[in-house]
Amino acid sequence: MQFFIFLIVSIILVVASILVIVQRNPVVSALFLIAALCAQAILYLLLNATFLAVIQIIVYAGAIMVLFLFVIMLLNLRKDEFGFEKRKAQRFFGILFAILLLVELGVVIKIGLSKIPSTEFSLDPDFGGVQSIGKALFTDYLLPFELTSVLLLVAMVGAIVLAKKKL
Amino acid sequence: MFKTYFPIALLLILVLGMAFVIVLLSRFLGRRIPSKDKLSTYECGIEPTGDARGRFPVKFFLIAILFIIFDIEIVFLYPWAVVFKKLKVFGLIEMGIFLFILLIGYFYIVKKGALRWE
Amino acid sequence: MLTVVIIALIKVAVVLVVLLLMIAYLTWLERKLLAHFQVRLGPMRVGPHGLLQPIADGLKLLFKEDVTPSGVNKVIYTLAPILSFVPAFMVFAVIPFGDKIFLFGRSIDLVISDFNMGILYIFAVASLGVYGIVLAGWSSNNKYSLLGGLRSSAQMVSYEVSLGLSVIGVLMLSESLSLVDIVRSQDTIFNWYIFRQPLGFIIFLICAIAETNRLPFDLPEADNELVAGYYTEYSSMKFAMFYLGEYANMINASAIATTLFLGGWQGPWLPPVVWFFLKLFTFLFLFIWLRATLPRFRYDQLMRFGWGILLPLALLNIFITGIVMVW
Repeated sequence: MQFFIFLIVSIILVVASILVIVQRNPVVSALFLIAALCAQAILYLLLNATFLAVIQIIVYAGAIMVLFLFVIMLLNLRKDEFGFEKRKAQRFFGILFAILLLVELGVVIKIGLSKIPSTEFSLDPDFGGVQSIGKALFTDYLLPFELTSVLLLVAMVGAIVLAKKKL
Repeated sequence: MFKTYFPIALLLILVLGMAFVIVLLSRFLGRRIPSKDKLSTYECGIEPTGDARGRFPVKFFLIAILFIIFDIEIVFLYPWAVVFKKLKVFGLIEMGIFLFILLIGYFYIVKKGALRWE
Repeated sequence: MLTVVIIALIKVAVVLVVLLLMIAYLTWLERKLLAHFQVRLGPMRVGPHGLLQPIADGLKLLFKEDVTPSGVNKVIYTLAPILSFVPAFMVFAVIPFGDKIFLFGRSIDLVISDFNMGILYIFAVASLGVYGIVLAGWSSNNKYSLLGGLRSSAQMVSYEVSLGLSVIGVLMLSESLSLVDIVRSQDTIFNWYIFRQPLGFIIFLICAIAETNRLPFDLPEADNELVAGYYTEYSSMKFAMFYLGEYANMINASAIATTLFLGGWQGPWLPPVVWFFLKLFTFLFLFIWLRATLPRFRYDQLMRFGWGILLPLALLNIFITGIVMVW
C-alpha cells in the first residue's frame, strides 16, 4: 500500500519536475514547480516527517513560489527577449553538471542501500512531530537555531538594499 | 496513518472533481454567442490601450521577500510554543534572543521606510 | 479498513453537502441582514422571504454564457478559479464540529481527520489559496484584474504573518497543534482562549477578516476603482467559483475562530454540534455586521496597519503569554 502510494507520488514528482524545465511559459513552469513541491511534501508524510511536510508547503509552495510568480510577472519576458541562442560554455557546463549530479545520485543510492537495516525496527511514536522537533531544536541544536536569526537579519537587510536604490 | 490521511485524500479528490465538473457544466449548459466586441478586454467601455502586463512597483517584491523571512521566523515559533511549558524560563530567554535579533531587522525595515506606501 | 473507508466517505459527503448549503444560505443571510440594517426588506419574491433565492441564483449562473475573452491565457484562466476553490474547501478537513458520537456500537469522531498538525495544515492549505487570485489577475490580461490580483495577494501575504503569530499564544497554552486537543483543553468557559488570549483573539479576528478579503479589507475588489478586481473578466460558473471560495473562506475563518478561541463544540445543555454552529453563526453575523458598518481602508493604511501595528502587537502577545506562564 505504502509502496504503491510512493510509486504514484514519485512519478508525479518526476513528471512535474521535467515539465518545469521543458515549458516555454514561465508561469506554467512555476505552477508545475508548485505541484512538484506538494508531491515532495507527500513523500515526507510517507516518511512520517509530518512537521517537515506541512512546513514544506507553507514555506516553499506557499511563500517562496509567490515571490517567484511576482518576479516572473514583473519581468514579463516575451519570447524574443529570452535569448535562445545557444552559448557553447552554457552547454558545456550544463552537461558537466548533469553528469556530476548523476554520479552523485549513484553514490548516494549505493551508500543508502547498504544502510537499510535488515530487520524491522520501530520508531518513536512522535518521530517527526512537533514535540520531538521542538525538544531537539531548543536543547541540542540551540546554537544553529540562534544563528538562523542572524541569517534572517542579513536577508532582511539584503532585501532592503536590493529593492531600494534610493534610501 | 491510513485513518488520518485517507479522509483528507478523499476530500481532495471529491473537491477537485466537483471543481472540474462545475467548469465543464457551465461550458456546456450556457449558450455561447461570441462576438468580437464581447470577447474584447473590459476597460470601462473604451478601446483597450496597450498591454495589461506592464511592470509594477518593486514594493510588491519587497513585501513578498519580507513575507518569506517572517514566515520562516513563525515556523520556528510553532515547535517552540508546543514545548514551551517544558522549557520554562530557558525557553523564554532562547526565543527572546532570537526575536531580539529579528526585531533589529524589523526596526531597520521600518526606519528605511520600506513598509510605507506613498 | 473497509469501515474506515465507509465512515470517511459518509463524513466527507455530509461535510461537503452541509458546507455547500451553508454557503448558499449565507449569501441569502447576508443580503437579508444587509437589507434590514438599511431598513429594507431584501429578497422577497422567490419563495417565502426569498428563501429560494440562492437556488434561483445558482441556476441562473449555471445557464449564463461562459465568456472567455480573447486576450487571456486560456489554460491558466480556466485553472485559476479551480485553484482558489479547492483550498477553500480543503480547510474543513481538520476542524472538529462535534464530540464523539456512538453509532452502532462504534465511536465516531466528528471531524474528518484528526491530523496532529491540524492548525499548520490549515495554514498550509490556506497559503495555497493565493495562487488562484494571482493567476486570475495575471491571466485575464486586464489592467483591473492584474492590479486587483497583485493588491489582493500582497494583502493576504502581509496579514498571514500576523495571523500565524496570533495563534502562537493558544498553542503555548494547549501544547498541541491538533485542533481536537485544542478544543478538549477548553473544557470550561473560563478556559476558553478568548479569555486567556484576548489580544491574540482580536489580532486573529482582524487578520482573518483581511485574509478573506471582506470589508473593511475588501480592497482587492474595491468596486469603485477596480471594477471587480481579479475576477473582472470572469463570468458564469467560473465567476461563481470565486464567489463560492470567498464564502467558504468566511465559514472557514469563523470555524477556526470558534475552535481556537470559543471552545469549539463545548458548551452546556445543548448538543455539541448545535453549540458549534451557534458559535460559527455568531462570527458569520459579525462578518456581515462589519460589512454593513465600516468603510473601506486605504491601501497605505492597510499595509501600515498590518506590518506596523498588528505584527508588533502579535509579538508582544507572545512575550506577555510567555512571562505569565513562567511566573
